[in-house]
Amino acid sequence: MANLIISEHDRQEVNPQLVLGNPTYHSITKQVSAIIEGPTPKKWWIAIGVTAMITGILGLMLSYLVARGIGVWGNNRPVYWGWDITNFVFWIGIGHAGTLISAILFLFRQKWRTSINRAAEAMTLFAVACAAIYPVFHTGRPWRAAYWLLPIPNTDLTMWQNFRSPLIWDVFAVSTYATVSALFWFVGLVPDLATIRDRATNKIRKMVYGALALGWRGSARNWRHYELAYLILAGISTPLVLSVHSVVSFDFATSVIPGWHTTIFPPYFVAGAIFSGFAMVMTLMIVARWALSLENLITIKHLENMNKVILATGTVVGYAYATEFFVAWYSGNPYERFTFLNRMFGPYWWAYWTMVSCNVISPQFFWFKKLRTSVPFMFVMSFFVNIGMWFERFVIIATSLHRDFLPSSWGYFTPSPVDMLTFFGTFGLFLTLFLLFIRFVPMIAISEVKGVVAAQNHAGHGHHELTESHK
Amino acid sequence: MSNEIKPRFYGLVAEFDDDRQLVRAGRAAREFGYTKMDAYTPFPVHGIDEAIGIPRSPLGWIVAVVGTIGLAAATGLVYYAGVISYPLVIGGKPLFAVEFAVPPMFEVTILFSAFAAVIGMFALNGLPQYYHPIFNFSNFERVTDDSFLLAIEATDPLFDPDESAKLMASMGAKKTELVEA
Repeated sequence: MANLIISEHDRQEVNPQLVLGNPTYHSITKQVSAIIEGPTPKKWWIAIGVTAMITGILGLMLSYLVARGIGVWGNNRPVYWGWDITNFVFWIGIGHAGTLISAILFLFRQKWRTSINRAAEAMTLFAVACAAIYPVFHTGRPWRAAYWLLPIPNTDLTMWQNFRSPLIWDVFAVSTYATVSALFWFVGLVPDLATIRDRATNKIRKMVYGALALGWRGSARNWRHYELAYLILAGISTPLVLSVHSVVSFDFATSVIPGWHTTIFPPYFVAGAIFSGFAMVMTLMIVARWALSLENLITIKHLENMNKVILATGTVVGYAYATEFFVAWYSGNPYERFTFLNRMFGPYWWAYWTMVSCNVISPQFFWFKKLRTSVPFMFVMSFFVNIGMWFERFVIIATSLHRDFLPSSWGYFTPSPVDMLTFFGTFGLFLTLFLLFIRFVPMIAISEVKGVVAAQNHAGHGHHELTESHK
Repeated sequence: MSNEIKPRFYGLVAEFDDDRQLVRAGRAAREFGYTKMDAYTPFPVHGIDEAIGIPRSPLGWIVAVVGTIGLAAATGLVYYAGVISYPLVIGGKPLFAVEFAVPPMFEVTILFSAFAAVIGMFALNGLPQYYHPIFNFSNFERVTDDSFLLAIEATDPLFDPDESAKLMASMGAKKTELVEA
């Protein structure tokens, strides 16, 4: 029998070192806390200055919308769903990566998640906040949106939501998702807030982080409840994250519009959401990793793994496009066939081909190890994926609506400047929140990374332990 | 002085450098007969629960019960709104059917379960808590950084400051301290 020789290389492949540079627990604490404790860097002020101004544009546009009515958007007959729902689905989709990383990868015991989960979860919350703007403001009267969207007994309408409508399911799914993600995020934060509290040298920091840490003391009796709570949250967030984009897809799939009325929508939307979410995490993490010198915590291995997820989900998305086409042809339904040919070669051909080249072709480069470990290349690709995924939603919404059953009611959708500036403004809000997060919240899960380091150290010493006990 | 004012002690706290040392010390203390112990660590240390005899968390039951209440609440809401309070036939569909109630039922179950998990966890831990005697340990600030503490509580029937300290020192504690309550 041949001898099985395990080289150091094999060991790295199976169980890669996830925290580089032989860190101690203290060095991790110091490195992550330093981002919060150090003086505010000038580039942070410049960055937040720019993003705050862009957020200001969002504020202006939304005020204008409330003052003038939703006619300031480009939605009109026959495309009543325009950029508002496109952007809503786009942002919600981006919000899927955080919970996928924090919940599903946790259940699969993917230890590499620990360096990126905190930031990805924060990104989820901010993306959902951007998404929520659209359903609230499309009512035209956001101060009444609570009665319209949520089942709150009131004397304003004296009626209830129609639970047969997928739109109310969407309200339940998205609001639950936002709430549970925030809870999950906060639970993960508590031990790290305690770390910042215990290191604080100035009084205000000690008070603020002390209050937020709720008196956490790292007791083993507390950790036992904590770990179970974390596991339960991961367990219930896993079906939740899959349900959210499934329910979003029901908004389309339960209608009779050609191109929407398909059963493939839920898995196809979920794959697309994870795809776009990972791309956005990639974009942000590459910048944060570079700006804050976190290369030892967010290693090439982390980025490579994310690229593998992008490759897998991107391939699923491409496969879904092909299936849709096949089914449209195979169904024999002339409206379905027309809709899909119209997507490819109709007035929105440019949007369709942008979508295909960004979503189907670009992830395939990640089959090559050289490309999926090249930081500049993946940075560019992450942009392409996000552009492609925005176009996917636009293609689904605009091409199906602009030419439906009756040629006399055909039309063409053009976004208004308010549409464009509102969407631009949501990026300002998203990035402003992210910059505030980086400055004030430990952006890497300190206690979880220490757990990984402990496992890493023990694995290294494992051999000695074994021989000792045999003696 | 100690004869006039008898200080109440929280217990004897030993500080370790490493999680494995901590688990070994915990096991030794349990074998010695101590039952009232707690450990303080920067991250959840695996094996410490059995080592010092901490029972399983009952949180799962709390979540299951509250999640079921959420399921019932959502079903009740959809039924009440559609059948009792505001019956309206739309598209010839029934006033209530499980099929269209499933998304709210599912989401509200998750929502209630998540709140139960989080609030339940904090409640079982007695958090938020303003004060705890362990904060009096001279090097407590390092617990959330890189220090591993084992506390043998004064309420333990076998508690004896000197003997406990000796045992901890023999297990490699770099520091032992009697902490006031």
